Amino acid sequence: MDLKVRYFASLRDRMGRSEEKVSIDQGKVTVADLWKKVSNAPLPETILVAVNMEYTDAAHELKSGDEVAFFPPVTGG
Amino acid sequence: MKVFITKDVLDPYKEILDYEKAALPPGKHGGVVSFVGTMRDFNDGQDVRAMNLDYYPGMTEHHIERVCQEAMNEWDVMDCLVAHRVGEMIPTDPIVLVAVWSAHRKDSFDACRYIINYLKESAPFWKCEVTTAGKKHWVEKNSEDPGVAKRVVRKSA
Repeated sequence: MDLKVRYFASLRDRMGRSEEKVSIDQGKVTVADLWKKVSNAPLPETILVAVNMEYTDAAHELKSGDEVAFFPPVTGG
Repeated sequence: MKVFITKDVLDPYKEILDYEKAALPPGKHGGVVSFVGTMRDFNDGQDVRAMNLDYYPGMTEHHIERVCQEAMNEWDVMDCLVAHRVGEMIPTDPIVLVAVWSAHRKDSFDACRYIINYLKESAPFWKCEVTTAGKKHWVEKNSEDPGVAKRVVRKSA
């Protein structure tokens, strides 16, 4: 399964990259699985996640080609 | 409805007039309620000299359009205009404009407050401030509007 992963704001600084391609060779992959692969840590509750530009949660099951974005709480307006 | 993100200096009052002339049928609306957010030169006790606003192109616009549509479904609103600045800015610069037209004032007041609150709560923007001492830091959270019940970001997928 090929995924495009994006990081924004303080999380981009922390990860040291704004985006990357990630391939995972297993049947079922959730957002939480992906986060563990890219960070070696459980997904903190404070991090927001969007799949294909829609908010979702850690249990969301991914499919090949998905764009997954991780970011900190939003501060616009 | 019009939603746009711009790196250019925003002139919110010109945007309201231009949009009203272009999109609203004359004589039908009873008023327009607007919120214009501007950049302060202080935040959390620190003097701020500049700010950089980051966003998620595509998701941000789509998300604001959805919030506007929710407001238009909830209240008797004729039209909405939302503009948001991104990139580098300095204190006094307008950051955000929400303008709502309706036949009667209650609908536009309520819808305008709904849109700005949920934009601040859930639209993907991030502020990075530069203090007068030259230090950069990401703003961790927005202040809340105590007049509005907290809405949890809905799982929409």
